[in-house]
Amino acid sequence: MTRTTVDLWVGIFVTMGVAALVFLALKVGNLGGGQVRNPYELTANFDNIGGLKARAPVKSAGVVVGRISSIHLDKQHYQAVVTLQMDGRYTFPKDTFATINTSGLLGEQYIGLEPGGDPEDLGAGDVIKKTQSAVVLEKLISQFMFSKAEEGAAAK
Amino acid sequence: MPSLVSLRDVCFSYGSRDVLHGVTLDVPRGKLVAIMGGSGCGKTTLMRLIGGQLKPRSGQVTVCGASVPALDREALYALRRRMSMLFQFGALFTDMTVFDNVAFLMREHSDMPEPVIRDLVLMKLHAVGLRGAEALLPSELSGGMARRVALARAIALDPELMMYDEPFAGLDPISLGVIGQLIRRLNNALGASSIVVTHDVQESLQIVDYVYFLSGGKVVAEGTPEEIRASRDPWVHQFVWGETDGPVPFQVPAPSYEEALLGVQRA
Amino acid sequence: MLERTAYAFRLIGAKVVNGVWRVGQLARFFALILLHSGTSFRRLQLTLREVYFSGVLSLIIIMVSGLFVGMVLGLQGFDTLQRYGSEEILGVLVALSLVRELGPVVAGLLFASRAGSAMTAEIGLMKATEQLAAMDMMAVDPVARVVAPRFWGGVISMPILALLFSAMGVLGGYLVGVMLIGIDSGSFWAQMQAAVDFRRDILNGVIKSVVFGVAVSLVAVFEGYDSDATAEGVSRATTRTVVTSSLAILGLDFILTSFMFRG
Repeated sequence: MTRTTVDLWVGIFVTMGVAALVFLALKVGNLGGGQVRNPYELTANFDNIGGLKARAPVKSAGVVVGRISSIHLDKQHYQAVVTLQMDGRYTFPKDTFATINTSGLLGEQYIGLEPGGDPEDLGAGDVIKKTQSAVVLEKLISQFMFSKAEEGAAAK
Repeated sequence: MPSLVSLRDVCFSYGSRDVLHGVTLDVPRGKLVAIMGGSGCGKTTLMRLIGGQLKPRSGQVTVCGASVPALDREALYALRRRMSMLFQFGALFTDMTVFDNVAFLMREHSDMPEPVIRDLVLMKLHAVGLRGAEALLPSELSGGMARRVALARAIALDPELMMYDEPFAGLDPISLGVIGQLIRRLNNALGASSIVVTHDVQESLQIVDYVYFLSGGKVVAEGTPEEIRASRDPWVHQFVWGETDGPVPFQVPAPSYEEALLGVQRA
Repeated sequence: MLERTAYAFRLIGAKVVNGVWRVGQLARFFALILLHSGTSFRRLQLTLREVYFSGVLSLIIIMVSGLFVGMVLGLQGFDTLQRYGSEEILGVLVALSLVRELGPVVAGLLFASRAGSAMTAEIGLMKATEQLAAMDMMAVDPVARVVAPRFWGGVISMPILALLFSAMGVLGGYLVGVMLIGIDSGSFWAQMQAAVDFRRDILNGVIKSVVFGVAVSLVAVFEGYDSDATAEGVSRATTRTVVTSSLAILGLDFILTSFMFRG
């Protein structure tokens, strides 16, 4: 085992490790195309965010246009304040409507943006005013059951 | 002339087992001294005390004027660069070639350029007659050859003090003679002092200048080889002539033979 | 009866005391290695040699195992996901299980039994044949010259091996999912990229593998250095290395996971 063979093999070994890291970062992870470029931040207040988590995507017309960077509670209004990290390539009108949607029946939750018609665009640090809370399945079911029960009571 | 190594009333024990009690001996500069004794009498322990790998319970160990147990790590390492030890089975580094083994100390302790190291290694290997074996691994050597390589490694940096731990153990008569002559020749050539720990009486009496006999953790006899051969002391006589019984009994102390056998039967 | 109970408690007590004592020794040895690490980096050749022995020589087993683990994940994952009609997230399942858990943990376990045991056996044998004592007598510190380079070699190799394991696993999942079962290649990769975060998933996986590398290498060199200088002692030390470091990997994995992925 001479010195040069050891050097050669260790060189190959380390190169392979770096290649694996690059592969994982670009092809498997989100350091490649899915990354948010030139980000700017928006915030949106929701009465209820359901199961929304940080890092969930922000989509408009099904296209990922940003990510949720943080979620915290506004102590005065008891509302959830969601900070969105938006892709700098996309801008949205001031009266954009933010909703919390679920992909599929049991999939992960994300924020959907529906652009309005305002000529002015949202800038960095702006707040999205028009929001709709998450649909909480339990509430939906209980509402449905109560209304059915009332219908039954009214019929009698 | 002051002695290079001197031990004064050295006691040592492993845990509760006493190994040495009150050993006093001197190794003068330029002399070849043998320490002899039966197996397990503390000869190897003595070497480790001199090398600073063990610390005595009491007594003084002085090497080159410095008290070994009192040295801190750095000073001890500085002292060890001036001495060298040949381990019982060579203790060659099994993952290196013969060449790298001999070059090891030169590379660790000096900034000599590689061509100089190469020349020096070849000189050392030539001195032990193994210049042709430089590319072999220790596993490819015979016992005698391995011992000679270890010897070449030990003299790599021209030590002032050489210690040999059982240099003759497990060697055939020819290798034994070769190693014995090498030890004597190297001692003269290097101008070093040497300590040989051994129980091979006949071989060592031919090459050494002075002999200490160790038994029961004490020095029981000492003298030049001539004095030893002529000694009337029954213990020395038994050891030198290899008699099975004498002051050193054949049997390890034990309950009486009959009792042991009958006792087993009864149980 | 009372005597028996007392004996049992004494046994437990002795075991606990012994364990704590060994952990303390391990920590002291760790400090000693760090203190004597200068040589490993000043003479990088020494460490590179150990990267060769612990890393390069483990390449084959790590890459083949990674490929197969990924393929099995692909098959099993598909079988389960199919029931919920979400086959396209197979890539997510394979990639997340590999980069977060299986990559570092399985690669760590393989590393412990392949490279860790070899390290222990080598150092143990060097001790048994007095090579370490000889080195010490030559005024060359065995911890700096023998132990530290092996430790650092292992620490460097481990994350690289874990990365390769994960990468091969993802390829294995791709082979089974896309080539064999016929999931759309585009959605396989796209779903994966949308779900796997570089910092949270991949980097945390790398951090885990570095911690495992330190744990396995430390246990391996410690057991070797601490082994009884006999054939039996070395073989016992080798076994202990594999057992202790495997348990350490699993325990540390739980602790790290609970810090990294909680919430």
